[in-house]
Amino acid sequence: MSLSATTAPPSPAAPPPRPPARRRSRSHSLTRLDLKYSPYLYIAPFFVIFGIFGLYPMLRTAWMSLHDWNLIGDHSFIGFDNYVALVKDEYFWNATLNTFGIFLLSTIPQLLLALFLANLLNRTFLRARTLFRMAIFMPNVVSVAAVAIVFGMLFQRDFGVINWLLSFVGIDAVDWDAERWSSWTAIASMVNWRWTGYNTLILLAGMQAIPRDLYEAAALDGASQWKQFWRITLPMLTPTFVFVVILSTIGGLQLFTEPLVFANGNIIGGDQREFQTLAMYMYELGIENLNTAGYGAAVAWAMFLMIALVSGINFLLVRRTVK
Amino acid sequence: MSLTTRRTRMAAAALAAITAIGGLAACGKDDDAPAAGEKPAKLVVDTFGEFGYDEIIKQYEKDTGIKVELRKTAQLNEYRPKIVRALATGKGAADVVALEEGILNEFKANPANWADLAPLVADHSKEYLPWKWELGKAPDGRLIGLPTDVGSLAVCYRRDLFQAAKLPVERDQVAALWPDWNAFIETGKKYRTATGKGLLDSVTTAASAVMFQQGGELFYDKDDNIVADKSAAVKTSWDTAVAMADANITAETATWSPEWSAGFKQGTFAATFCPSWMLGIVADNSGPENKGKWDVAPVPGGAGNWGGSWLGVPTQSKYPKEAAKLAEYLTNAQSQVAAFKLKGPLPTNLEALKNQEFLAYTNEYFNNAPTGKIFGESVAKIQPLHLGPKHQAVKENAFEPALRSYEQGQATKDKAWEQFAKDAKTQGAF
Repeated sequence: MSLSATTAPPSPAAPPPRPPARRRSRSHSLTRLDLKYSPYLYIAPFFVIFGIFGLYPMLRTAWMSLHDWNLIGDHSFIGFDNYVALVKDEYFWNATLNTFGIFLLSTIPQLLLALFLANLLNRTFLRARTLFRMAIFMPNVVSVAAVAIVFGMLFQRDFGVINWLLSFVGIDAVDWDAERWSSWTAIASMVNWRWTGYNTLILLAGMQAIPRDLYEAAALDGASQWKQFWRITLPMLTPTFVFVVILSTIGGLQLFTEPLVFANGNIIGGDQREFQTLAMYMYELGIENLNTAGYGAAVAWAMFLMIALVSGINFLLVRRTVK
Repeated sequence: MSLTTRRTRMAAAALAAITAIGGLAACGKDDDAPAAGEKPAKLVVDTFGEFGYDEIIKQYEKDTGIKVELRKTAQLNEYRPKIVRALATGKGAADVVALEEGILNEFKANPANWADLAPLVADHSKEYLPWKWELGKAPDGRLIGLPTDVGSLAVCYRRDLFQAAKLPVERDQVAALWPDWNAFIETGKKYRTATGKGLLDSVTTAASAVMFQQGGELFYDKDDNIVADKSAAVKTSWDTAVAMADANITAETATWSPEWSAGFKQGTFAATFCPSWMLGIVADNSGPENKGKWDVAPVPGGAGNWGGSWLGVPTQSKYPKEAAKLAEYLTNAQSQVAAFKLKGPLPTNLEALKNQEFLAYTNEYFNNAPTGKIFGESVAKIQPLHLGPKHQAVKENAFEPALRSYEQGQATKDKAWEQFAKDAKTQGAF
């Protein structure tokens, strides 16, 4: 970082004498240009697109978060006031709690199930493996809004299938969106249904990369399937598992569509905000309430920092425990 | 060349590229502004719910040769973000935009987004309900909306379910059941005893009905200060709704939820408060199999105004003059009568309100109820209301959730009121 052009030591060797310009042919210089710059051109599309759709909005959001910003009107600079207000905001912490609650309810069972399914699909004796592997990915292809609408209907209070089934075992109808635990369960079930297969496939790919002979050797030594899973599969799977955990963290903490549709489009997520997630709270402040767009931007950045933090912690945790 | 300078240069170049592209994206305007006096090939109209414009627009296209694209959005809470997005980005707004009274006020707070219609159309100020016309004006005096409909109140009730509960079924007898709100609650108790079900769909529709009967100030005072928890009208509405929850006369469905929509067809409840525009929604939710089972009766406690809209023209429209002319056409007496007959929005044009065709209209779906007469008579009795800039947000995100929290037993009476008072302050701030 502290290195700069002026403090850098002069290059040890004198620059090679340049060939006379006249002798260099046109094609030669083009080849040189090609060799030197085309790799940058090849990777440019990603960075250009990231610049437009990733970096620019992020920086603009950061800029907005330092303002008292009306979405369809004026704005004025107020420094870090929005962030100070955020720390004291009861509903912000409520949304944080909801987000993490639903996140845990959906991620933990989801990853365990995905690990189990991937291990099952990895077995050589399973027939029609391709069929099962494709089938398990199906939920992920379905549009998230459709999933949310269908699950919303399943979890209806008056005419929902779940309550109908519960009535057979003598349980009274549950008003799913009226309580914390029930609404979290309903939303987590949508997330689990949709993403388990996706994670299974990634984990399966990781398992396939583990050399077969390790298992054969272990089997010769008399290691059981269970032992093989713990001693070989899991440790070798660590990098993939870290990837899956971080992907789930990012997705889980940004949860928006499922709870929103579950609340019939009401952004406050339940009468007492019992399942309003951070993303919903951000939308409420930034888009719904036209005059608090700057505050909404502050929530967006708080969310970003939280995701970065949780991803980091997960990364460390997973690396430690699985090893 | 040292490594560091090269890196710095690369970074600088990358940054420059990003900025350039960002800049390009930001000012990628299409500059095909029309020449003066050029006739537009097409105008776009944005509406929510049901405005009943389908037939009228066909006539307009035939008369003027200008094509009209009608973009419908089912619900107001899906519709509003679209307008906000268009205004915030300066792109994508329709030429004519329907503005509901709950959201009109927050747009009025930033009038520069809307064209002043006064110089673009003829002077119609004497042709509409005077208070309705006045509400279409922004604080700076510009006319940003031409009046469409008004939401005069009535009760929609199920004849078959009333009969099953041994209650009278004919319109005037039903009206006699509930001269005031206490009588309505008593009827609800009778219905509960007879059937074990709730008479009314939700406690919040009742609260809205009571609120809009009061007239004057609701969540805001005349100077647009938020006074939600001190307002007498709000308190009356709250207390009536709480009394209904205590008497257990509702089906506890949240308005616009799937339970609510399904409830119309399934007969979960036997009555709901319907402003004129709600008739189309009741009919759509109940389906053709329930045709003739619904009927319309007067509301307890007198006339009120729930809902109603205006047509505005965003300044970003390329054809403000033609758009204003189209809005003028859609809101004239003839169009308002035609829209009413198709989907139920109640005219605000004085001539339309006196129109024989309107007054004689009976709604086939609602057992041939004379809806023209029922609603037409109540229009004159409506008390003008002052809704503040964020009326809709306070009502939907503070008042109604708190009320439902109480009804469902998640909060005590005091806790629910506290929740409302607190949320009203944050939701109502602007």
